[in-house]
Amino acid sequence: MSLFKILDVAASGLAAQNVRLNLTASNLANADAVSSSVGGTYRARHPVFAAVYEAAALEADGAPGATGVGVTVTDVLESKEPLKADYHPEHPLADERGYVYRPNVNTVEELANMISASRSYETNVEVINTSKQLLLRTLSLGQ
Amino acid sequence: MAATLQNPLGIHEQALLVRERRAELLAQNLANADTPGYKARDMDFRSALAAAEGQRGAGTLRTTQARHIAGGAGVDGAGGAEVLYRTPSQPSIDGNTVEMETERGAFLENSLRYQASLQFLGSRLRTLTTALKGE
Repeated sequence: MSLFKILDVAASGLAAQNVRLNLTASNLANADAVSSSVGGTYRARHPVFAAVYEAAALEADGAPGATGVGVTVTDVLESKEPLKADYHPEHPLADERGYVYRPNVNTVEELANMISASRSYETNVEVINTSKQLLLRTLSLGQ
Repeated sequence: MAATLQNPLGIHEQALLVRERRAELLAQNLANADTPGYKARDMDFRSALAAAEGQRGAGTLRTTQARHIAGGAGVDGAGGAEVLYRTPSQPSIDGNTVEMETERGAFLENSLRYQASLQFLGSRLRTLTTALKGE
């Protein structure tokens, strides 16, 4: 029954979008976490998505076959954007030159990311619900 | 194909299997909507159903030795259908060709047609039951 495989595929989508939402929450929560050194400052983290092909689903020439393509988070990368250095000599965390370092979190970008992730999450939930209904109706076939 | 006593369920059994395969492909597209470089895929329902029908009509060859040539187009029922890549109307910069609206629309349409096939199958089964009871 490939309807059961749909549940697996959609669940992998839910898991991946969940990681993305989690990282967005972490970025937003730490957006104002200042620090006194470049190395100790929080950097924005983003997930890397990749399609997962089942080994059995690959055709002879290595092209993806018809079945079993879920999604997974292969890596979480820290943003390479430069940190923001603010001159606040009175700040308790300021270094000897009077600077504090702010995370390179782009709040607007993170919010847009959050909306996109929640939309994708909703779509996968919808797919699961529809498949469940189809499965239940198939089970009651002939009754 | 009309329903006969040899083939009481008609084409609907194959149609249901092909609908199921298509639903799986569309669900994969939706799950990978944010995967860079993922290419959306779909199948041509008409040719997939024709392939599934032809395969069943011709009968599949059974191989008993490793050197035998496998007969038929595919290995399992509707799985032999050719899977095609979708042409995006608005390609994105990360190489992903999934368009959420198109895929959602196709998934909805496919699930409705799946339910239609289920209804047809159900009524065929009821007809059979009536014929068997002979009341």
